[in-house]
Amino acid sequence: MKCILSTIILTPWLGALVLALSPRLSPKTGRVLALLFSLSTLVLAAVAYAGFDATAGYQFVEQHQWISILKVSYHLGLDGMSLLLVVLTGLIAPTALLASWKVDRDPRLFNLLFLFLQGAALGVFLALDFFPWFIFWELSLVPAFFLIKLWGGPGASRAAYQFVVYTIGGSAFMLLAFAALFSAVGTFDFVELAALAHSGALAAKMSGPALTAIFLGVLLGLAVKVPLFPFHTWLPDAYSEAPTGASMFLTGIMSKMGVYGFLRILWPIFPAQLHHASSVLIGLALAGVVLGAFAAMKQSDLKRMVAYSSINHVSYCLLALFAVAWSGSIHPDASVAAFSGALLQMFNHGLSASALFFCVGILESRSGGKRGILDFGGVRTAAPVFAALCGIALFSSLGLPGLNGFVGEFLVFRGVFGLDPWAAAIGCLGLFATAYFLLTFWQRVFHGPQGAGIATFRDLTAMEIATLAPTIALMFILGVFPQVLVGLFNPLVTAWATHLP
Amino acid sequence: MNLLPFTIYLSFAGAVLSLLAGMRSAAMARGVALVTALFCWGITLYAACNFTPARDLQNLVDVAWIPEMGIRYHLAADGISLTLVVLTGLAATAGILFSWNIEERVGEFFAFYLALIGGVYGVFLSADAFLFFVFYEIAIVPKYFLIANWGSTNRQYGAMKLALYSFAGSAMVLVGLLWIYAAGHASGFGLPELARAAATTSHTDQIFIFGLIFTGFAVLAGMFPFHTWAPTGHVAAPTGASMLLAGVVMKLGAYGCLRVAMPLVPGALEFWQPVIAWLAVAGIIYAGLVALVQDDFKFVIGYSSVSHMGFVLLGLAAANPTAVAGAVLQMFSHGVIAGLLFAVVGRMVYERTHTRQLEDLRKLPLHRLMPFACVVFVLAGLASMGMPGFSGFPAELTILIGVWKSSKILAILAASGVLIAAAFTLRAIQVAFFGQANPATPATALHHPYAPVTWPERTGAFLLLAATLVVGLKPDLLLNWIVPSLNSPLMQAVWRGGAQ
Amino acid sequence: MNAVNFSYDLLARGLLPEITLIVGALLVLAYDVIRGRNHTLAERQAIALWIGGIALAAAFYHVVTIGAIGRVYGDSLLIDRLAVAARAGVLVLGMITLGIASGAKRQRHPAEYVAIILFAVTGFTLMSAAQHLLIAFTALELASLSLYVLAGFDKTSRASAEAALKYFLMGSMATAFLLFGFSLIYGVTGEMNLDRIAFVLAHGGVTPLLGLALVMVLVAFGFKAAAAPFHLWAPDAYQGAPTPSAALIASASKLAGFTLFLRLLWPGLGALSGDVSTAGNTGGWLTLLCLISGASLLLGNLAALAQTNIRRLLAYSAIAHTGALLLGVVAAEVAGASPLLFYLMTYGIATAGAFGVIAVLEVNGGCQKITDLAGLSKRSPLLAGCLLVFILSLAGIPPLAGFFGKFTVFAAALKVGGMSGPAGWLTMLAIALSAVALYYYLIVLKQALVQPAAPENSAKIKVPVGAAITLLLAAGLIVVLGICPSLLLGLF
Repeated sequence: MKCILSTIILTPWLGALVLALSPRLSPKTGRVLALLFSLSTLVLAAVAYAGFDATAGYQFVEQHQWISILKVSYHLGLDGMSLLLVVLTGLIAPTALLASWKVDRDPRLFNLLFLFLQGAALGVFLALDFFPWFIFWELSLVPAFFLIKLWGGPGASRAAYQFVVYTIGGSAFMLLAFAALFSAVGTFDFVELAALAHSGALAAKMSGPALTAIFLGVLLGLAVKVPLFPFHTWLPDAYSEAPTGASMFLTGIMSKMGVYGFLRILWPIFPAQLHHASSVLIGLALAGVVLGAFAAMKQSDLKRMVAYSSINHVSYCLLALFAVAWSGSIHPDASVAAFSGALLQMFNHGLSASALFFCVGILESRSGGKRGILDFGGVRTAAPVFAALCGIALFSSLGLPGLNGFVGEFLVFRGVFGLDPWAAAIGCLGLFATAYFLLTFWQRVFHGPQGAGIATFRDLTAMEIATLAPTIALMFILGVFPQVLVGLFNPLVTAWATHLP
Repeated sequence: MNLLPFTIYLSFAGAVLSLLAGMRSAAMARGVALVTALFCWGITLYAACNFTPARDLQNLVDVAWIPEMGIRYHLAADGISLTLVVLTGLAATAGILFSWNIEERVGEFFAFYLALIGGVYGVFLSADAFLFFVFYEIAIVPKYFLIANWGSTNRQYGAMKLALYSFAGSAMVLVGLLWIYAAGHASGFGLPELARAAATTSHTDQIFIFGLIFTGFAVLAGMFPFHTWAPTGHVAAPTGASMLLAGVVMKLGAYGCLRVAMPLVPGALEFWQPVIAWLAVAGIIYAGLVALVQDDFKFVIGYSSVSHMGFVLLGLAAANPTAVAGAVLQMFSHGVIAGLLFAVVGRMVYERTHTRQLEDLRKLPLHRLMPFACVVFVLAGLASMGMPGFSGFPAELTILIGVWKSSKILAILAASGVLIAAAFTLRAIQVAFFGQANPATPATALHHPYAPVTWPERTGAFLLLAATLVVGLKPDLLLNWIVPSLNSPLMQAVWRGGAQ
Repeated sequence: MNAVNFSYDLLARGLLPEITLIVGALLVLAYDVIRGRNHTLAERQAIALWIGGIALAAAFYHVVTIGAIGRVYGDSLLIDRLAVAARAGVLVLGMITLGIASGAKRQRHPAEYVAIILFAVTGFTLMSAAQHLLIAFTALELASLSLYVLAGFDKTSRASAEAALKYFLMGSMATAFLLFGFSLIYGVTGEMNLDRIAFVLAHGGVTPLLGLALVMVLVAFGFKAAAAPFHLWAPDAYQGAPTPSAALIASASKLAGFTLFLRLLWPGLGALSGDVSTAGNTGGWLTLLCLISGASLLLGNLAALAQTNIRRLLAYSAIAHTGALLLGVVAAEVAGASPLLFYLMTYGIATAGAFGVIAVLEVNGGCQKITDLAGLSKRSPLLAGCLLVFILSLAGIPPLAGFFGKFTVFAAALKVGGMSGPAGWLTMLAIALSAVALYYYLIVLKQALVQPAAPENSAKIKVPVGAAITLLLAAGLIVVLGICPSLLLGLF
């Protein structure tokens, strides 16, 4: 129990190693093995949940000194937000692996890279010292790069290159920012830094401009990952060129790494700077919301449409955070709502977006590579089960009450409205646009006259149903019983709201 | 520790033995060379295991050599020297492994190679400035012959340019040292004695002296704008020599700056710091941008070496303990990484495909045809980009921390250098190995199978990768040696002299 | 001053080396006349070389055992440690020359050749000890005339005759200058002995007449040392003369010449030296020497870059080294003669060695152009290895002796006035030009060790035993002296 967090991170890596060292494994066995290792996360998360106390701070803490001259330690810890994201990873990763069951070119390498990616993502969510956190953050890029490049579409090389260079570019400045922070205060530990910031010692040790420069550096690194407008230009290409399983993971988990970074690092350590920059940042988040949705509307490629909608959905989380930074001190209840909404939205979007990518993937595979919105029509008659499940995913993404997407979005808007009414108003535009394109997707693809070749459209296989079913089920459950998740982080969020400067 | 001087003697002895063995058979020559290099590396590792970090140099040999001029044969080592001799041993062994396939004049090749290594060990262990200079110059001639005889592209020109630039640099150092000796009325050439003598000269004199000595060493370290010999020379050199040249010999220059230039004339640091720092950053960015547009694979690596050495020089220029510790760590890290990169490009790729032009390599699906080389290069490339988990990351992080203390704007520019490094490394990986990521036809049907990976290649690659991973995950191993030696009396004068 | 000593006994002891050499030369000639017709040319050469070698060895033994006995015969000779060292050095270089001759192209009159070499060496040993103007002059003439003959010894070669003629004409002119200068000095000071000249000059000042004498003497010195602008004979002489002769001219003649003039200038004309420790100087021969030194350095190094003939390249390199050696003369006031002598000795061995390699090659396919050296490492690893040592020593690469010679001279020169005076500038110039020099030395080595052999010239070379041993010993000496220079430096 003591090392459960390290076990969570290392088990997928162990799986990757096993796959690497067994070249003669049959593809089937390899896939099953990979799936088992991937599921370990969910199992271990459940174990952790059993011993989890939402009111206590960080739990299952592991801290060992690592590099003495830089005062770096191997520091892992679990709180409500990390547990939420660990569970999300535990759900999405196996789902994505199942979605990639049919990859027949080098499946061993594919699964190996995937497990490596999963472990790295888990590390990001669990590390509490910059050095190990950054290691996981950067390492996650490597398998992502190869997954996109080697199994992606025609433009995959360029997309992968752009993706990695953008992200490393941002990380370089984040690295510098932390280097600067270290040189002033002598620690890399997030917990310590947050404490220093809270007590005002940080502002005392560094001049205003220096602190602002550092803030900008960290912001840049995180903004590229989420992505925050205008650093999002890598995303549509990367998500649409990536193979289905990778897209699911990218949208489900990797974008959440960015948001997690905002909540774990930027917000606790730089509240004042965030407050000063919040008006601009709110504008950027709104741009992401609105422009993302409108851009999605204009897409004819379904995958790109879902990609742009990801920008839109994730920007809601950031909008909530920035709104809290703007006036959270004045409206604590709204802040609580905003934070809760952001966290729920992270989880829910993870589920719905990955499900949507899977559905688009099915459409693509059934039609022999086509995924334009006009290439289909009346799929409902040929594949009713598929239509039903995909419809649920679409409506979840839309935010239909009764499904999980609604709760998150509702809380976000409730919070933002209390903090910055104008922002909420503009954000609603995004809601309308989202509704428009998702309904268009639903209508054009599944209803109407049957398109060419649709008659032979096979319905979902058992494997595909098994892939989608848990996610869809959760969409219902969480729509009706969001307390399941909220209970994990409610004390945390309340604590955040009361600690506002 | 007392065994360390034997690395020098054994290397030279091995050089002679190799020459003689080569007259018998090539295999004997290779064997002798490998055994010598392994033995010397073993000595350094043994010394490392028994090393108690201390701040002063630990004397190994100290006898009067030329009493008429106060010159002593004085060898000593501290944590910094130890780090670098361990690197030398590793790079030498790996270089010999990657030169296993040389067929012509094998004995002579390894003779020059081991002579070069002997000279390098000598430099890292010298504690007398004259002795330092002697070993430094000894290293020049083998370099020329290694490139001129066994090199590839433009080798005559590359060899001559490299030799002349190195010699010109050392000539500048000689002028500086003699200036101190004469003007400061030094009684000998020991480092503390020369530092005392230099302090008695006028401030203007000190500025000139520092300029001469530092520039002389910095030429070998590849400082912009005196770096032009490096890409040409390294590309021209045969693989094993490139690994050693870019990996270790460039570090001689940086070590000279750290051990000789800075402690001898710390009073001139304040004047020169901005110049050196800006030139270093210029080198990082310029070389990186040039690497981005190269068409010859080896030139990409050559320019990347200049860019990474720029980090080392920047760390030295910042002149505070953190930055310099990072610089020494970067010296080790880059030594290993450069070795890996040249090994893949030269030995694994070029020897098989006989082309280094990226446009030609793009047409070959090398990630299928040479999976081992691909994996090694990807890992080496990640290390070169500063990916955490590999040795480059803690080194660059420490340098950035140290540089930030000294100049914020330079730190920001250096960080952008990291970004540029990522760009050109990825481009190289992408074009060279994954040019045909989704080939329509099965790769192996179109091309003749390449010669399989030989055991020396595997061993060499494994050794280097292990080194960069171990240091990347536990940089304390080296930092524990390096940091105490930054407190020696000579270095303390540097911290006082440089801006904090 | 001590009581002047006119003991013949002491004179005989002091001149024992010279006597040995003359006896040896006469023996060589005698044997050849009497028994020569019974032997082939090869045997005659071998015997002559052996007798000559023994004579040189015996003379060396005498020099070392007699040691520094001080003033001899009324102060006409001064056998101090400098003289002992220079004489020993000259004798060693003579032995090397004989060793080279054993591997070189066979001369038609081997006995005369060896005898004249011995005469030349006698002249050199006398020059090293001379303290009296006339003795100096006679010794110099003995040496020079012998060298002219040696330069033109190969009667089958037009180049040799041309070399000898040029050398002779310019040498005689220089001798005339020297004699004129000496007579002016005598006229002004009334003395012929260097110590007494110094004494007289110390109480007087620089008169125009003395200035003229100074210039004359320096011209002669410049010629003898092959310094610019008096160097014009050197390239042709080195190119045309038979290789052992060229070796002797390049090595021993320089050593003896520098020793003689060193003694002449310091302390003989020391009072007229002037001051070069600062940029503004008071005039004197030091200034002139600095000018000549700078000119030699520049001309020698830059002209060598353009050479395609290996011998001319060595000639220009000799001129360049002269420039550096002159720095040693400038510094001798402060640092004594040991840096200069070390440099001279090691330079001599290296150059003689290089000529030795050329001599062997000449017999095996010719060696005039640098490209004739191509593929030497395959044709003869021994020759290639020795050439590597000699050339690197000339280039000044540690751990060979040439490096250390340059280093001590530069360190001494900087002590004269620091970096700001002419001596300092010259030192910097010399160091900078050594980088230039490395280029042309590497070109030579490139041919020998890198380039593949020309197809018509790729047979293995068999090096005669005598030459092989000589070259190996010379190379070994250079390496040993480079690693332990104290062995030599400590001697004086």
